[in-house]
Amino acid sequence: MAEKRIRVLVAKPGLDGHDRGAKVVARALRDAGFEVIYTGLRQTPEQIVEAALQEDVNVVALSLLSGAHNTLFPKIVDMLHEKGMNDVLVIGGGVIPDADIPGLEKAGIAAVFTPGTPTSDVVDFIKKNVK
Amino acid sequence: MDLVKELLNGSRLALARAITAVESEYDEAIDIMKAIYPKTGRARILGITGAPGAGKSTLTDKLVKQYVKAGKKVGIVAVDPTSPFSGGAILGDRIRMNDLATNENVFIRSMGTRGSLGGLSKKSSDVVKLMDAFGMDLIIIETVGVGQSEVDIVKNADSTLVVLVPGLGDDIQAIKAGILEIGDVFAINKADRDGCDKLNVEIEMMLDLDSRKLAWRPPIKRTIASQDVGVEELVESLDDHFEYLEDSGELQKRRAERTRDEIIAMINEQIGRYIADKIVSSDSFAEQVEAVNRRESDPYSVVFNVTDKVLKA
Ligand SMILES: Nc1nc2c(ncn2[C@@H]2O[C@H](COP(=O)(O)OP(=O)(O)O)[C@@H](O)[C@H]2O)c(=O)[nH]1
Ligand SMILES: [Mg+2]
Repeated sequence: MAEKRIRVLVAKPGLDGHDRGAKVVARALRDAGFEVIYTGLRQTPEQIVEAALQEDVNVVALSLLSGAHNTLFPKIVDMLHEKGMNDVLVIGGGVIPDADIPGLEKAGIAAVFTPGTPTSDVVDFIKKNVK
Repeated sequence: MDLVKELLNGSRLALARAITAVESEYDEAIDIMKAIYPKTGRARILGITGAPGAGKSTLTDKLVKQYVKAGKKVGIVAVDPTSPFSGGAILGDRIRMNDLATNENVFIRSMGTRGSLGGLSKKSSDVVKLMDAFGMDLIIIETVGVGQSEVDIVKNADSTLVVLVPGLGDDIQAIKAGILEIGDVFAINKADRDGCDKLNVEIEMMLDLDSRKLAWRPPIKRTIASQDVGVEELVESLDDHFEYLEDSGELQKRRAERTRDEIIAMINEQIGRYIADKIVSSDSFAEQVEAVNRRESDPYSVVFNVTDKVLKA
């Protein structure tokens, strides 16, 4: 009877003031049949990690425009691991320079999606890599 | 079982995982529920319902802050409808409760309806039990009050708060859906808008019409949840209602009825599953349906044969 449902937390860390991109992704994920937990703007890493834990999500999708990705993304990955959420897939999106991507991937971000990536790529990536 | 032990020892991760197991109907779900059941029955359960956008989540956020200030541990189960088209959902109740996200005395869980509306009432009530066993003093179930299935969800609560908004003209709809009948306390939220007096009169009139002559007359409170106005008074009314339930013996009665209803629903489900697995999928059943189609038999005889066989088995 088990029905495995993919749950994704879509979160916007950092201080930038609009979430159009995050909302587009959230809708695409919903339309792909995922359960999307959306928490709105300006989330602290602590809030994101606690929400991921309470909601027991399979995926955390981070969206960021303000350029703090090199510190915020790895911090969130570390905090998730500290809380015992080792299986959760963390992906990132936003205006992220190509040069930063290898470093982020090394820090545990499974994939980085830059602007212009079709949302179907995100959906496919999650379906293939979710644990 | 480790998960249960950890949950009872206060692990939030274990609570989160146990909820997933129950919500997804994993095989271990029944064992988890059996193991935690003796620890349930301690929390007070509050249902909050009303139209989409009425301010339920905003109000929940403010109510919970009051209870946390009073030293309570609070669990929140926020139920949002799943899209009937994709089976997916955007669960956005947390947006209004971000301040609570990192509070160690609060645990919030969002649930989609996953196309199984009947089963949702059972599932959400199991999630409530997990939070109860975890040690929450108060558990709030937020659900959109649009139909019978949602009414069923809040029936798992000890008290129900119905949130209405002035000037929408949708109060009649709520009456139709049977939402007003289940209100123990009413909040007129968005009281910063016009039309509060009119709505107030409408609710009072509806309550006057209630023929049950209840010992508890549901109070009507005005709130502006987004500005944290009127919330303390609302908490007072909710506490009054719970006290009334306790003092009048109504709480014991409601809970006993709920236990009975729950067991009956589970028996129904089990029998329904048996019928689906053992009867409907059998060759002989297919043959009997064929025979009815050829007019060699009739549905009434098939039903009699099948039930007779099952009941004698
Ligand atoms: N003007 C006004 N807006 C409110 C009030 N309470 C909530 N809102 C807003 O109403 C919208 C819907 O609120 P939400 O809590 O998500 O409603 P829910 O769908 O019933 O959970 C949000 O934009 C809130 O900020 C209120 O008392 N007055
Ligand atoms: Mg809500």
